[in-house]
Amino acid sequence: MNEQPAGAAAANTGEVVLRLSDVVKTFPGVRALDGVELEVRAGEVHCLLGQNGAGKSTLIKVLAGVHRPDSGDVQWLGEQVAFSGPQAAMKAGIATIYQELDLVDYLTVAENVYLGHEPRSLGFVHKGQAARQARELLGRLGHGEIPPHRLVKSLPAAGKQIVSMARALSHSAKLIIMDEPSAVLAHDEVGNLFRIIRELTAQGIAVVYISHRLEEIREIGDRVTVLKDGRTSAVNLPARTTPTRDLVSRMTGRSIEYVFPPRPDTEPGEKLLEVRGLGRSGEFAGVDLDVHSGEIVGIAGLVGSGRSELLETVFGARQAEAGTVVMDGRGLPPGNVAAAVRAGLGMAPEERKSQALLLGQPIYRNMTLTNFSTYATAGFTDTGKEQAEAMRVADQLELRPRDVRRAVRTLSGGNQQKVVVGRWLLGGTRLLLLDEPTRGVDVGARAELYQVIRDLAANGVGVLLVSSEVPEVLGLSDRVLVMREGRVVRTAPATELSEEDVLDLVMAGSLTAATTEEVAA
Amino acid sequence: MSVSSEQKVEQAPEGHAPHAAPAARGGGTSWWKDEAQEPLRRNLGLVGVLLALFAIGAFIRPDLYSNADWVINNIMVILTQAAAIGVVTVGMTFVIIGGGIDLSVGALIALSGVWATTLATQSFGAAGMIFTAIAVGIGAGLVNGALVAYGRLVPFIATLAMLVAARGLAAQISGKQTQISNDMFINSIAKERILGIPLLAIILLVVAGLGWVLLNRTTFGRRTVAIGGNAEAARLAGINVRGHTMLLYALSGLCCGIAAIMLTSLATSSQAAAAELYELDAIAAAIIGGTLLSGGRGTIVGSLFGVIVFSAITNLFAIANLPTEVQNMVKGAIIVVAVLLQQVRFSSVTQFARRHGLTRAKPQT
Ligand SMILES: Nc1ncnc2c1ncn2[C@@H]1O[C@H](COP(=O)(O)OP(=O)(O)OP(=O)(O)O)[C@@H](O)[C@H]1O
Ligand SMILES: [Mg+2]
Repeated sequence: MNEQPAGAAAANTGEVVLRLSDVVKTFPGVRALDGVELEVRAGEVHCLLGQNGAGKSTLIKVLAGVHRPDSGDVQWLGEQVAFSGPQAAMKAGIATIYQELDLVDYLTVAENVYLGHEPRSLGFVHKGQAARQARELLGRLGHGEIPPHRLVKSLPAAGKQIVSMARALSHSAKLIIMDEPSAVLAHDEVGNLFRIIRELTAQGIAVVYISHRLEEIREIGDRVTVLKDGRTSAVNLPARTTPTRDLVSRMTGRSIEYVFPPRPDTEPGEKLLEVRGLGRSGEFAGVDLDVHSGEIVGIAGLVGSGRSELLETVFGARQAEAGTVVMDGRGLPPGNVAAAVRAGLGMAPEERKSQALLLGQPIYRNMTLTNFSTYATAGFTDTGKEQAEAMRVADQLELRPRDVRRAVRTLSGGNQQKVVVGRWLLGGTRLLLLDEPTRGVDVGARAELYQVIRDLAANGVGVLLVSSEVPEVLGLSDRVLVMREGRVVRTAPATELSEEDVLDLVMAGSLTAATTEEVAA
Repeated sequence: MSVSSEQKVEQAPEGHAPHAAPAARGGGTSWWKDEAQEPLRRNLGLVGVLLALFAIGAFIRPDLYSNADWVINNIMVILTQAAAIGVVTVGMTFVIIGGGIDLSVGALIALSGVWATTLATQSFGAAGMIFTAIAVGIGAGLVNGALVAYGRLVPFIATLAMLVAARGLAAQISGKQTQISNDMFINSIAKERILGIPLLAIILLVVAGLGWVLLNRTTFGRRTVAIGGNAEAARLAGINVRGHTMLLYALSGLCCGIAAIMLTSLATSSQAAAAELYELDAIAAAIIGGTLLSGGRGTIVGSLFGVIVFSAITNLFAIANLPTEVQNMVKGAIIVVAVLLQQVRFSSVTQFARRHGLTRAKPQT
């Protein structure tokens, strides 16, 4: 414990609340955890790092009582424990925010927050009290505007994430586990999240934090445990001072230059997509944009700025109320996805679980969901061909496991995301709409994915990209649109914008907004 | 690499002696745990149930079961009784896999049967009758589909309304009378045997075979499974969800039309009260055959076994001279057990067993 860097010093003062040793968990055909060690102290933020499929989510599900370890030792507050289920873990003081949101769509926000531990007396639920307390929690999370009586179904992805955070906070837990909580959050929301995490740790609560964004781990983390192929490849590294190179090589077993592929010198080709005056009331208005063959256009903006809605409207998943979408010089009928797909559009939507995946079905069928009929002869499917094509994309994206006949349900979150994007790489798509394509994808695969997107563009595909990560938008795109409150406030070549410019633009108050609009016009 | 003192970096894999080498990751899967093998396990289970029913029958009436001719003949009786309901269950399986439900099948059979046996229709002969039954079934199915897909009605409500309306229309057409079929060809279908196998059973097998191909080998089947698995994902993948939903209910209606002819042939007549509660039998058979009520999963073979199991139970009770009330209670119990099996999947069973010390935790080497 000598010569500890500053970052880990605070963490070492708290006593150990959780200690795992040699934990093993197998699924049919997969050893997800293969002897994992973990030590978490009170008041620290302990980060878990590892590639997609390394076993992070499985590990936290073991902690949360969702999975039972096959063998190994879990010590919680000095006692050996074996939780019979999630409820037992919560009672013992472990609250969890899962990677795949586990909210009940048709219950209200407040009901979701207090699901299973409703404030009550004599068996009657205090609805008013639940709503009040939920409002208070949401306020603490900086989202007092989410009404406790709204149905969760009607919330955007980020809103759902806030609700599941509120749920975790509603238990007076001693350990809060967060599995990629920032994946659906925009920049400012992540700041908010970190403020809350600091409040929690100041009270001596321990946090286990999972993220693929190393810069977040530097900012909030105290110590890092690295998983690789279900084993701990390093424990208790200082979060702030361990060189990135070390972290990456312990995660992946190789070193990765985390860079964006170079932009080609060639000019983009003919115009593919032309959007004019597109609008939907309450979401966005008056949007004009063009995408050319071979061009990557990025849209930056906060969650709620209307970017996802814009993408879905272009695709026809939402019905446009004003304006036109023209592909290859021909207008697309509003609100008709099938027509858009026939015209060569493809979209990887924001929420993989509810919008994109058939969880119970094999990987290859998920990949070929858009184009299985192109492999078919006279209406008869050709699963052999489909599997071969899916294999090709799986290799390209480093999907793990490679067996494309496995159910998507059994894949890790990042690998599920690769399936969502991979679907549109099978060919035939000429304009790709990508909504948060790298959500939950690890550093190594992310670089691969960037390269794949760039290669597509080099082959003449146009790409329209939405991402909460400003560096990603700037690094990958040729041209950037900045959206705020449903309007495009700036369009510029990516090389002319800096991260600060974009952040200023997306967050600027309404006064500056007016002037920028004039500038942009 | 600078490593500070408290850090621990893992040594080579051999360091973890108790566990198998990395090769164990992704290693073999025992078939009874593999999710993909679930339908096979279930079908084997249903075959087991059939064998058990046979054994019980043999125990109760050893006199009958010792006669090979009688046994074979009895199996044919079971198949014949299963035929009409089986055809309907094939259509029902598609609708349920596609995320819907069709409560109107019994009523549609009655409507198709009555419409096909009016004096006017009978004047066109057997072909006219068959055509009418099928056209009425498909037409009513399309109405169901339109209500669900474009009218945005919940399938339960839309087809419930159709159930009531179709029975009403059937009563109207028939004037609540039993309509006798005078067509020799139609009446002979139920009596016909090919190579000793009743024609009705053959029709069931053909319909089930076509259904199997349609579900497992065609783009139509793929769309069905996709829509039932996640309608929004299917829509965003460019699948015409509404159009396909229409077709699913039309398919169910088609099966009702076929079943109507089969029942008309069996009874040599039709009436508005025919095929009562067929919807429940068809749904129950599909579910004990492993079709997920929430959609996205199911098999034709499972549904076929489901129907045959029900038919065999009815048969057994008839042989044993037991009251039908008991029979219905047994059927109810079987449905419950089947659904329980669906929920408690094998993995959870083994987990349960492990938790309660029924099996060894894990072979430690
Ligand atoms: N229910 C399951 N059935 C079978 N295999 C599973 C199941 N859940 C997870 N796995 C497998 O276990 C391994 C670890 O998955 P896990 O979800 O823990 O990864 P992860 O580290 O969280 O990855 P990611 O960063 O992509 O979220 C993967 O190979 C995954 O395919
Ligand atoms: Mg995960």
